[in-house]
Amino acid sequence: MLRRDDALKALAAYYTDGIAVGAYQGIFDWMQIRPHPLNYLCTGAMGQASSHGLGIALGAPNEKVVVLDGDGSLLMNLGSLFTIGHAAPGNLVHFVMHNRTYEVNGEFPILDSKILQFEELARIAGYRHSFAFGDIADFKPRIKHILELEGPVFVNLHVKPGESYPRDYVTIHSSESRSVFRKALHARLFGNQQ
Amino acid sequence: MTANISATLKGPSIISALNDAGVQTVVALPDIVTCSGLLWPLREDPNVRLIPVCKEDEGVSICAGLSYCNQRSVLLIQHTGFLDSINAIRAIAVEYQLPIVMLVGLQGMESDGRDPLESDRLGIRIVQPICEAMKLTTYLVDDDVSVGKLSARIEQAYELSQPVVFLISQHPSAD
Repeated sequence: MLRRDDALKALAAYYTDGIAVGAYQGIFDWMQIRPHPLNYLCTGAMGQASSHGLGIALGAPNEKVVVLDGDGSLLMNLGSLFTIGHAAPGNLVHFVMHNRTYEVNGEFPILDSKILQFEELARIAGYRHSFAFGDIADFKPRIKHILELEGPVFVNLHVKPGESYPRDYVTIHSSESRSVFRKALHARLFGNQQ
Repeated sequence: MTANISATLKGPSIISALNDAGVQTVVALPDIVTCSGLLWPLREDPNVRLIPVCKEDEGVSICAGLSYCNQRSVLLIQHTGFLDSINAIRAIAVEYQLPIVMLVGLQGMESDGRDPLESDRLGIRIVQPICEAMKLTTYLVDDDVSVGKLSARIEQAYELSQPVVFLISQHPSAD
């Protein structure tokens, strides 16, 4: 099984400068592994990362948008798979960190984890491409190709925790984080610092 | 189901107000109050991109994402979905101070001219007090006069980066 931080480090090596929308432990790890003003940290409510990602993907169709979701989070917003499949943004790549637990909420197991195949749900929901990986040796050589595909693309990563990264709730809910992201996004989209 | 179509609330006027306010996207879940007079016509409107969602809180987040891209949107939902989405609205719209513009149909609202606070239905009576507790600005949209103020109020929400809730108490006509 993949270590989550190994998977994210491998992704960060290819996805160096794009928009990343994340939830909970995945984004806590990511903001340490790839600190960047285009990290969208403030998703507000559990389950909403994929929907924020869709909004940004629709609003910035010429920018790649990567969503770093959690399995418990996605279970809370499964309908978003169908919303994304229907809206079909070509620039959206949706990763889910499938660790089979509510990791930041006491590591209680998610339900029915043995039969859950998010990648099949995504395929049925209308994602153009859908993958699952459980080994870094399989995942790493495919990342560049995955990022180049027309979306929506779904990638289910069967992960276990890696290093223990700080759970910085203050930063992910801060007005400063939102302001930093907004300025960076506007500079990217409009060429100025609005 | 037979609806009481309002004689003074016209769907095309509401759509014109959305166009005037620069709304490019409507994120929606079908609501019995606004479906025939607003949602179906919006589906045919070339000026508006319609994004159907499976659950209302998705729409709060989609509108938030669009707002970061300087794109204007509204969330068209029923009051039951509004109540179901309170946590997302609390965090994303209110605490993050984002211009989430909600058009909320009051399903089951009486058509005798009474205020929603006086409705026989608990689910309708509690909407405005909940908004007040969350410091959410609300406006009643029930006639041409209130529709006439809609565009400016949406503009204001975006200028101030603040959420706003428009309560649609009667079924708008489709023409």
